[in-house]
Amino acid sequence: MTAPVPAVAPGVGRKPKARGPRGRLTFDRVSFMVVFLGLPLALFLVFVISPFVQALYYAMTDWSGFSPNFNFIGFSNYTKLAQDDIFRRSVLNSVLLAIVVPFATIVIALLFASLVTVAGGASGGIRGLRGSSFYRVVSFFPYTVPAIVIGIIWAQVYDPQAGLLNGILTAVGLEKFKSFAWLGEVATAMPASMFVMVWAFVGFYTVLFVAAIKGVPAEIYEAARLDGAGRLRTIWSVTLPLIRDNVQTAWIYLGIAALDAFVWMQALNPFGGPNNSTLVMPQELFNTAFAKGQFGYATAMGVVLALITLLFAACVFLVNRLTGGRDEGGRL
Amino acid sequence: MTADASTVSRAGVQGAATQTTPKANPGDRRATAVSHVILVIWSIVVLLPLLWAFVSSFKTTNEILSSPFTLPKSFSFANYISAWDTAGIGTSFFNTIVVVGCSLVLVMVLGAMCSYVLARFQFFGNRAIYYLMLAGLTFPVFLAIVPLFFILRGLGLLNTLQGLITVYVSFALPFTVFFLFAFFKSLPEEIYEAAQMDGAGEWRTFFQVMLPMARPGMASVAIFNFLGLWNQFLLPVALNTDPAKYVLSQGMASFASQAGYSVDYGALFAAVVITVLPVLIVYIIFQRQLQGSVAQGTSR
Repeated sequence: MTAPVPAVAPGVGRKPKARGPRGRLTFDRVSFMVVFLGLPLALFLVFVISPFVQALYYAMTDWSGFSPNFNFIGFSNYTKLAQDDIFRRSVLNSVLLAIVVPFATIVIALLFASLVTVAGGASGGIRGLRGSSFYRVVSFFPYTVPAIVIGIIWAQVYDPQAGLLNGILTAVGLEKFKSFAWLGEVATAMPASMFVMVWAFVGFYTVLFVAAIKGVPAEIYEAARLDGAGRLRTIWSVTLPLIRDNVQTAWIYLGIAALDAFVWMQALNPFGGPNNSTLVMPQELFNTAFAKGQFGYATAMGVVLALITLLFAACVFLVNRLTGGRDEGGRL
Repeated sequence: MTADASTVSRAGVQGAATQTTPKANPGDRRATAVSHVILVIWSIVVLLPLLWAFVSSFKTTNEILSSPFTLPKSFSFANYISAWDTAGIGTSFFNTIVVVGCSLVLVMVLGAMCSYVLARFQFFGNRAIYYLMLAGLTFPVFLAIVPLFFILRGLGLLNTLQGLITVYVSFALPFTVFFLFAFFKSLPEEIYEAAQMDGAGEWRTFFQVMLPMARPGMASVAIFNFLGLWNQFLLPVALNTDPAKYVLSQGMASFASQAGYSVDYGALFAAVVITVLPVLIVYIIFQRQLQGSVAQGTSR
């Protein structure tokens, strides 16, 4: 709590203009700094930073459950994790999600964003399709629905007997789907779960890309059209390079969301799906900690999850840097 | 601002374009039709499950299980009553309003104060705090969840709404600070100096001069924080295990897993509608502002 008080001095010294009134350590100024910086920072350090730091230590202990005693075991938890088949399965599933879900979401969202902003006909002004604001409003709906509720709705839609999907499929004559368990078959459980996540994310990222595209001067699209670029060609060669930074941000957000697919998978397949085909790392971590009580081991899983998250972000930056260099060289 | 600029240039472009390509060719019309078909299909894919859940919420469980398409025979709110009372969705709803409401107010006040100091005062450790916040934003909550459980237990805050509010505020803080940092950074220094000249202390300068100027940014962050906290699932599931204190997302999850055994699907759909409808209606009313907020978030 005392830290912010002496900290005022150097900032004041650097601003000669405000030296007169600013220099004095009045009650007003001291209380201001303590409350404004100290209070939020204290909360943040105690409830966010300290658990992160403690996790690194707990991950090297054999702490099991609520006993106060545990031993420091170094990296044994990590070697155990490397041989844990179920955990390895969950890592694979999470990585698969982090590759497929952002890719599918960004492709669809970019297509929709282009359609509602610049794809409104090859003649006349650069504009979106008619009724584009309706599509934009509707596709954003899922963002206002809590993830757990989306999961519950879709679990019902996928229901083998009473579900909407099989109802539609049998109504159009596909009798073999009469009681097909979309979430109960190894082949379809994961794709069906991925679709739900994409369904939920597309609207938000469409709106995000629409905002980015609106920042691009219309002349650029006009020039592309005069050069004979079609719609898809325009998305690939004009829109994508120009809103590259927004796509990168979206990719990282989506990847982090896909690596933390806990809530979706808990709603769709709480026990990991058929043959653990939809089991993701966070689910395995949660069960290991709060159902089995192996806290040390579970925190080691958390460390692996954090490393994969950082690795993912680094990959996105790297890919953007590499392709960015090539594109700039070729086009400008 | 960007909208104005693009309409101006659009108008210019339109004039030039009508001279060069006066009529739409058939291929172009076909592409437009295909585009509409794609967007209409997606709209149906989005709307159909939501509408289906809404209609099903008025059906009895027997009707739901017999066919996914039939309309309810009689219109009644029986499902809503049983979801609200028997399934405890009512209690969860009030808990959620208390927790999300308190957290939102606290995180906006604390986040604004913290970002204001970080953006406008230079002191030792300023950058370090900023990067620490960035780290707090990047690392997955799952890494922190086990130690957090024991921190809360040690403080006697486990399974209490106050504890949940504290954790919500702490984890929403980094995002809030980041977003508002840019806003406070852009406010002109002269205004601060003028307020100081007029004899306002630091406290008054912030609350009466600077904070009102950051109102557009505050509104955007508040919307994002509201949706984020309303949506929160892991933190309550791990840290708030007393059914009487469940928040809505938790109540829904436990209701859905119970419905597997007692099979009250009608009430489950009613609970879904109770959860979705208030926010959806607010969104439809304010959709322009909300989409504007998303736009602001990107152009930062």
